[in-house]
Amino acid sequence: MTANNYRHALFCAVVTLIISFPILGLNLEAKGVKITLTGAQTSTYIAIALAAVAVFVFQAFRDSFMGVLGKLPNLNPLAGREPMEQSKRVKLESWILTGIVVFALFWPFLVSRGSVDLATLVLIYIMLALGLNVVVGLAGLLDLGYVAFYAVGAYTFALLSQYTGISFWMALPIGALLAGVTGMILGFPVLRLRGDYLAIVTLGFGEIIRILLNNWTSLTGGPNGIGGIPEPTLFGMEFGRRVKEEGNTSFHETFGIAYSGEHKVIFLYLIALVLAVITALIIRRFMRMPVGRAWEALREDEIAARSLGLSRTAVKLSAFTIGAFFAGFAGTVFASKQGFISPESFVFLESAIILAIVVLGGMGSQLGVILAAIAVTILPELAREFSEYRMLIFGAAMVLMMVWRPQGLLPVRRIQITLKKQE
Amino acid sequence: MSMLVLEDVHTHYGKIEALHGVSVEVNKGEIVSLIGANGAGKTTLLMTVCGMPQASSGRIMLEGRDITHAPTAQIMRSGLAIVPEGRRIFSGLTVEENLHMGGFFNSKSEIRKAQDHVYDLFPRLKERETQRAGTMSGGEQQMLAIGRALMSNPHMMILDEPSLGLAPLIIKQIFEIIGHLRDEGITVFLVEQNAHQALHLADRGYVLETGKIRLHDTGKNLLENPDVQNAYLGG
Repeated sequence: MTANNYRHALFCAVVTLIISFPILGLNLEAKGVKITLTGAQTSTYIAIALAAVAVFVFQAFRDSFMGVLGKLPNLNPLAGREPMEQSKRVKLESWILTGIVVFALFWPFLVSRGSVDLATLVLIYIMLALGLNVVVGLAGLLDLGYVAFYAVGAYTFALLSQYTGISFWMALPIGALLAGVTGMILGFPVLRLRGDYLAIVTLGFGEIIRILLNNWTSLTGGPNGIGGIPEPTLFGMEFGRRVKEEGNTSFHETFGIAYSGEHKVIFLYLIALVLAVITALIIRRFMRMPVGRAWEALREDEIAARSLGLSRTAVKLSAFTIGAFFAGFAGTVFASKQGFISPESFVFLESAIILAIVVLGGMGSQLGVILAAIAVTILPELAREFSEYRMLIFGAAMVLMMVWRPQGLLPVRRIQITLKKQE
Repeated sequence: MSMLVLEDVHTHYGKIEALHGVSVEVNKGEIVSLIGANGAGKTTLLMTVCGMPQASSGRIMLEGRDITHAPTAQIMRSGLAIVPEGRRIFSGLTVEENLHMGGFFNSKSEIRKAQDHVYDLFPRLKERETQRAGTMSGGEQQMLAIGRALMSNPHMMILDEPSLGLAPLIIKQIFEIIGHLRDEGITVFLVEQNAHQALHLADRGYVLETGKIRLHDTGKNLLENPDVQNAYLGG
């Protein structure tokens, strides 16, 4: 233990005191019109002092602590296992995925309405994360404004339904296509940039779209948002108690069952599930096509990829467009689920959360991204009883995750493509 | 018959001129070496051929077609392949996948044929077929980079410092392979700092100095030239 160590430990302890004293030890109290500063209880001061001592001890004996930790046996029972053979792994993965989907199909009939509603949100996030996974995980383009395409999809449906009375099923492809086109238009000037610069420009673009939606009051209603977005129908059957649109019938009357608000929630959930599965399958297909390999090649080494005759713009643009397309997909579902949208739903935090899902899941790995989407959406809900501390817990979980498993929940194991040998 | 012709090519990086009117001619079936010190503009010259950056004036002809202002992707698909400086293989991909990337625009049967050919040239790569390319040694990676360039069945191959950072024995192997490529009818344009070996192998050679061609002669004559010996061959 050197003097240097103690000096560092002392410094850390002082920092702890400086930070925690004003936050925990001082309270602002409103008395009438005046606000006065009062001290906290003695127990709080003792707690702060104890925390500072704890920090000091840990920092001073840090090396020996870490040494002891390092000698602990590895708790992961699978640590020493051999990697699975590719054909086996692919089979296992598709079995697991099929199992999850089958389970997800029956699950909503067993649980409460609130859970199904939350699950629909999870599915929307899965769609978004799978789309962003193409851009960030596969093509390696850091996009911080992904939520813009989500907004384009949602607002396309909202505006079209308001002005032309379009149905969900018509709006779904239109919203997705329009988002894809937006992605392409944005992509042209932006994709010459790399890394940090690209991140900043996409960040700016995300904000532009949000501010545009916020201020173009005559068209978008500004911060008031757009309400009355229709719910999806099942072959012209509506899920409300009364039929809103002429020519449609209502679901419960057609089948002669009692009206229940749950029908609508479950139906929306099932739509989101089907769309999420379609998204996953299409992107999986892309990953195995030449364009998928081109994305990876460009991510690995741009100069090498270009030296092989790949066009940088075409490859990047395809990734950007496809990512944006699925964001538009998710946006349409979101608008239909909420029935009301406003620029509030498309803030930067959304982009950050979707990006966090992709990184936590393991960039490029579909199964990982799906698991992470479930975790990231449900964790804050589960931690609801901790009320104001739940975002703190969420943040801590993320930090720990990145320290211990920087490669993500399920790091991508690439499918190796081999050419069949000719007989 | 000339394969590649550069006529009075000037190249700029922003306002700085890196090539001050370079003229080079590579005939079909030849090995031509370009030697020069650090910063002479060797890599710039190659990159200009590939269209990034594009020449600001002058003319570049590949097999009789003017490619001066063609986009990089198009140039690289028209019978020209480059082995970039520092190898630049895709380290996360397997050896086989790296090779397939090289034949990205070819049909499956063409890829299969080219792949067998590469494995004939480099049996080592065959052994490592399913290994991640980044885990191989420098020499193996260089073989892979050459193999990948061969996958598009190029008429002409440009190699940028293939001997960089390799052991003498491996360098010898690599140069043998380059000689073999010529025997197969591939025109080779070789850029090297390793002047002795490069000139030994080459039919003709160019000496580039601060963005200008200083000398140009047969490989043999350049080896015997006292100026070249002093400047590039260690006296």
